[in-house]
Amino acid sequence: MSKKILNPVDKQQILSQMEANEIKWIRNKKRKIKKYRKVRLSRSLSGDISLMIVLLLFGLFSAYPLIFTITNSLKGLDEIFVFPPRLFPRNITFDNFVDLFNLIGNTQIPISRYFVNTLTITLLGTVGHVFLASLCAYPLAKHSFPGRHLINQLIVYSLMFSTVVTQIPTYMIVSWLGLIDSQMAIIIPAWGFTLGLFLMRQFMVTIPDELLEAAKIDGANEYQTFFIIVMPLVKPAWLTLIILLFQQLWGIDGGSYIFTENLKPLSYALSQIVAGGVARTGTAAAVTVIMLIVPITVFIINQSKMLDTMAHSGLK
Amino acid sequence: MKDSIIQKQKLHNKPSLKKQIKKNKIYYSMIAPFMIIFSVFTILPVLMSFLLSFSSFDMLQFPKFIGLSNYINLFLNDDVFLIALKNTLILALVTGPVSYLMAFVFAWLINELPPKVRWFMVLIFYAPSISGSAYLLWLLIFSSDMYGILNAYLIDLNIINTPILWLETPRYALFILIIVQLWLSLGVSFLAFIAGLQTVDRTLYEAAAVDGIRNRWQELWYITLPQMKSQLMFGAVMQITNALGIGMVSVALLGFPSVEYSGHTIVTHLLDFGSTNSTRLEMGYASAIATILFVLMLGSNLVVQKIIKRVGT
Repeated sequence: MSKKILNPVDKQQILSQMEANEIKWIRNKKRKIKKYRKVRLSRSLSGDISLMIVLLLFGLFSAYPLIFTITNSLKGLDEIFVFPPRLFPRNITFDNFVDLFNLIGNTQIPISRYFVNTLTITLLGTVGHVFLASLCAYPLAKHSFPGRHLINQLIVYSLMFSTVVTQIPTYMIVSWLGLIDSQMAIIIPAWGFTLGLFLMRQFMVTIPDELLEAAKIDGANEYQTFFIIVMPLVKPAWLTLIILLFQQLWGIDGGSYIFTENLKPLSYALSQIVAGGVARTGTAAAVTVIMLIVPITVFIINQSKMLDTMAHSGLK
Repeated sequence: MKDSIIQKQKLHNKPSLKKQIKKNKIYYSMIAPFMIIFSVFTILPVLMSFLLSFSSFDMLQFPKFIGLSNYINLFLNDDVFLIALKNTLILALVTGPVSYLMAFVFAWLINELPPKVRWFMVLIFYAPSISGSAYLLWLLIFSSDMYGILNAYLIDLNIINTPILWLETPRYALFILIIVQLWLSLGVSFLAFIAGLQTVDRTLYEAAAVDGIRNRWQELWYITLPQMKSQLMFGAVMQITNALGIGMVSVALLGFPSVEYSGHTIVTHLLDFGSTNSTRLEMGYASAIATILFVLMLGSNLVVQKIIKRVGT
């Protein structure tokens, strides 16, 4: 309607004026933020130092096993079983990794096949879930329509039902749908995980309504609003979701869903290789490290991107 | 023109359900793809298990309806379940609130660090959740012979002479579970808090400083926490499901079943009857256990929701 009332020239003028106002407002905010950084409430050097010490202690406590896993993979077999156990190896060797790669070379199906399988499952599962869950979370968080309340309740409740008992019904459903023995048996259920929907909804609730109304007045339809306004604002949320999904799907071994050997994921293949008893303890440590590399890389990239958003937008 | 629209809206203040659905069909189109998959793979299995809880079902014969007997048996005839219930409540009451607070406090402290240090600290604190084989390490630490890390250190320091059977002594069971669970607990909710702190409007802090907020505690209580209410809610739900759902830790560390059921929880009891490699597969009974766990989680969720609503007031 507003399009008809305004003639093009007026519209142009109003728009440019709005733009100028916006720029002024943003600059103003940026200045304020800079000022804020100087205002730091009741801080003392001793307080900061003791905080750092507490953080470091707990950090060591929680990082210890990860460090131990990594250093263990660099120990020779004799040093892994030494008493008392050492955190850092005396002689660093890459034998475990060399052994692992030799073993990998001997498998019937090339290891790259397993790697591609895991990559397919992880990428399709993660991208699909983040997209579908965010799209679904937006109306549930910001609009009212019949059935919304019921669905919101269902989301929270379904998180609370133990997955141990739903495993068997889920298996039955997957087999009814004819998905058994295909990677889709893992990918499609992953699209429907409750976690992402709940996470995205909780973040979208905090978006101010004014922004959405402004987009509507500018003539954006709901899908455009979702992609242009909502998704950039909740970037920290979906970056976090990617970390969580990636980590969960990367380690999946296919279990009872996939039988065909060349459809199986990497973690299955590697666990088969190291299932050779005590003599393979070192190789097992190398496998753990290799399986960890990818999720940790994704984690680091996403975390640093999250900080980027904050530094650049300034407003949020 | 505008007035007439408002009047029209007033006339149709309560449109019929059909009209409302038609008006909002774009929203339904947005939620449909996810909701279909969600219903098929999450809601349907939950409903099936719930129905199974009123039946006797061994996976071979068709489920037989037996009314409430599963529930009656659980509370009256199953002593082990009562031990499990007691252990679960103790573990949940300790680890739930403590790990929730830990997750928030660490997220808050880390968020104030300079950006370059921050991602590193987040990685370190989140490390236990990333390393999936973490139990293996705790087994090494608490191992009962002299090769166990804890025993080795204690012997080295001359505190004890003979190794302690950490994992086989009922007295230590809950204590060990609590420590490992707390260590594992900086997971999903910690990351959600970190992300949530990123979306807090920075300018509010400045405004608050002008308005006379004096210290960081006031800033936290009046500005940060109210801004993060929805993330706090998310974290609470995740922590409740984690704290009451303790079980895998116990199986991995203390074995299954643990000595004198000292580390037996509702979830391990459930595994006893419901997992596919269990010797006494009784899906109906397992489903009844899951339903009770569900009710427990629901109850604690309602309590926690009430508490979080009072934040910042």
